[in-house]
Amino acid sequence: MSLKAADIQARLEAKFPGKIVAAKLDAIDPFLVVDQSALLDMGRTLRDEPELAFDTLHCLSAVDYLKEDRIEIVYHLSSLKHRHWIVLKVFLPRVDPKIPSVEKIWPTANWHEREAYDLFGVTFVAHSDPRRIFLPEDWAGHPLRKDWVWPEEWHGIAVKPGKQFAQRASEGESLGIGPFD
Amino acid sequence: MDLIKAVGNQQFILTRVDAVVNWARQSALWPMVFGLACCAIEMMATGASRFDWDRLGLIPRATPRQSDLMIVAGTVTHKMAIRVKRLYEQMSEPKYVISMGSCANNGGPYWQHGYHVVKGVDQVIPVDVYVPGCPPRPEALLYGIMALQDVIRERSLLDDPREDRTPRHVGVPSGTKVVSA
Repeated sequence: MSLKAADIQARLEAKFPGKIVAAKLDAIDPFLVVDQSALLDMGRTLRDEPELAFDTLHCLSAVDYLKEDRIEIVYHLSSLKHRHWIVLKVFLPRVDPKIPSVEKIWPTANWHEREAYDLFGVTFVAHSDPRRIFLPEDWAGHPLRKDWVWPEEWHGIAVKPGKQFAQRASEGESLGIGPFD
Repeated sequence: MDLIKAVGNQQFILTRVDAVVNWARQSALWPMVFGLACCAIEMMATGASRFDWDRLGLIPRATPRQSDLMIVAGTVTHKMAIRVKRLYEQMSEPKYVISMGSCANNGGPYWQHGYHVVKGVDQVIPVDVYVPGCPPRPEALLYGIMALQDVIRERSLLDDPREDRTPRHVGVPSGTKVVSA
């Protein structure tokens, strides 16, 4: 039987009192903001309890909120058995964010966590393979951070884009092409 | 045989070495399989029965050692760029490069915000023909191959293949000034 988000929240609240920091149940994807210390236990409960049976982690993503000075890790969970779903969020500090890996609970998390590490610099504690997944190993920084600074070049290849033609023309360069001249 | 009959009993033809060698080179351009993104789909269509680049003597090879032509079909990321360069270096002379599509030409849609994309494959390897389009249709790629055949015909055996490259821009009328980004 599929559960409403409020029921899921009530069950978790009963088992982990005080660990749900905030909740928004009228969102398109209702979400619960969870204290980091309870994440693994809560994940196991969500997966293993027969009436919850969250067997699928659809997506693990990170979001960088520069003004609010935090990084959010977002877990989209569903139960294929009961056809219900819930979103968990964990708030982390922007400086040296660390969070336990949920790879042991949902194996899907392996690559997703590597992606979040690669692009946001979030450390997933006890991850079995904590390498970058997309970018080269010697890439500088984590580019989806809002305050990431573009390097000039990587192994002699320019990384920054050049100036656009319109800008070059407005700076007085004679290009001899199109509407810019 | 008709031609030989035409010159009678002499059984010889006068021509230039350049003409014969260039004719051989342009008629058997073996491209290396190098599909990097969606342009590869159009490249495959160019090789398939409707457009059939076998007509021009193109037989795709899976190794740089047997290839004369590299068709860079798609988005060249920084991580890929060093592989592109290595594979290009493994090809034997004379070797030619067609840059297919906006991404390979200058980064295309990744120009402004794509930190991971090389802003033009010509930063890494020399390019003979640029084919614009996103992605180019098979007709455009065939036109680019024919433009490359023009390039080959105009070269001499005495030219240094590593110098004297005047790239062609497919679809741009001759005499048009092309400004590099």
